[in-house]
Amino acid sequence: MTGTQRRAGDLEARAWARLFAAWLIALLATAGALFLGEVLGMTPCVLCWYQRIAMFPLVLVLGVALLDADPRAARFGLPLAWLGLGVALYHCLIFWGVVSEALSPCREGVSCADAELQVAGIVPVPLLSLIAFAAIVVLLWSIRRREKS
Amino acid sequence: MNRKWPVFAAAAFVVLAFAVGVVVFKDRSRLETTQALQASSDALIRKHSPVYGNPGAKVTIVEFFDPSCETCRAFYPIVKGMVNSSFGQVRLVVRYAPLHKGSDTAVRILEAARQQGKYWEALEKALADQPRWASHENPQPELIWESLADIGLDMPRARSDAGNPAISELLTQDIADMKALKVRATPGFFVNGMPLHDFGAAQLKALVEQELKRVQSP
Repeated sequence: MTGTQRRAGDLEARAWARLFAAWLIALLATAGALFLGEVLGMTPCVLCWYQRIAMFPLVLVLGVALLDADPRAARFGLPLAWLGLGVALYHCLIFWGVVSEALSPCREGVSCADAELQVAGIVPVPLLSLIAFAAIVVLLWSIRRREKS
Repeated sequence: MNRKWPVFAAAAFVVLAFAVGVVVFKDRSRLETTQALQASSDALIRKHSPVYGNPGAKVTIVEFFDPSCETCRAFYPIVKGMVNSSFGQVRLVVRYAPLHKGSDTAVRILEAARQQGKYWEALEKALADQPRWASHENPQPELIWESLADIGLDMPRARSDAGNPAISELLTQDIADMKALKVRATPGFFVNGMPLHDFGAAQLKALVEQELKRVQSP
C-alpha cells in the first residue's frame, strides 16, 4: 500500500485477468463438484465437504470483486484458497495411501480413500481439487504481491 | 463497465454447460436402465416376494424398498392407497434394497412376521416407528421387535425364524436383482416393467393410470 487507500475500480488490466482466471477456476470447480454430487450421485465424503466449504464462497467473493474491479479480492480470497489447498493435499495423501486411512476423519459410509473418487476412471477428484486450489492460490498471491509493491 | 460482460458470459456459459450435462446424463442413465431391463427382465419379479393386493391384478407396481429409508416410509401410504382404490386392478410387489446399515436385520424381522401371516401389520408398525430405530448413524433394528409386541406374533418363533437361511437367500437374490436393474436409490419403482424415470408421487400415479387405461382398452 502506498499510503493512500486503494479503492474499487483500481484493479489494473493484468491483475483483473488473473482474478478472472482464479474466479473461473473456482466456478468450474464448484459446478464440477455439484455435478458429481447432485447429478452423478457421488456422495461427498467429509474431506470433500471441507474443500467445498472453501471453494464455493470463492465464486461469490472473487465474482463480486471482478464486477467492482476491487483489488482487495485477493486478500479475502487467499485464506479460503489456502484452507482448501491444505485439505486437498491431505485428501490426496489419504487417497494415495501415504497417510493411513485409519488416521482419516472419515466415518463409515463414504470413505475418503474410495477408489471411485475418480473422473472418467483415471483422474482422482482430490487431485483436481488440489490443482484448482493451487492455481487459485498462485493467481491471488501474484495479484497481492503486485498490490503491495 | 466493459469488464463486466466476460464475468456474466462465463457464468452463463458454465450454468448452460451444467444444464446440458444434466440432460445428457439423464438420457444416458435412462438408456442404461432400459438396457438393464431388457437384459434381465426376470429380475423384476421373483416368486419369493411379498405381494400386496390382488395377485392376479393386471397392473404391477414393483417397489425396491428399504425399511430404513424415509422416502419409502413417505411413499408407503401413497402406494397402498393406489392399490386399495384400484378395485383389484393394481398390486404391489415388494423387493428389498437394503442400502442402509441395519436394513438387512429389519428385513429379517419383517420376513419372520410374514411367515406368521403378519407381514403388512409388521411393515406398518416398523415404518411408523422408523424414526426411533433407523437413525443412519446408529441404527437399532432390534427395536422393531418392541414395535411388533401387540400384533399377535408368536415372538419366540419369530425371533428364531428371523435367522432362517431362506431369508438370507431372498436378500441375496433381491440385492443381485437390484444391481442388475441398476436401482441405485430407494424407493425404486417399476410399473408393468417400466421404470419410473422422473421420481415423484404424481409421476408414479400418472404411470399407473396410463397402464390401467392400456390394460382396460380392448
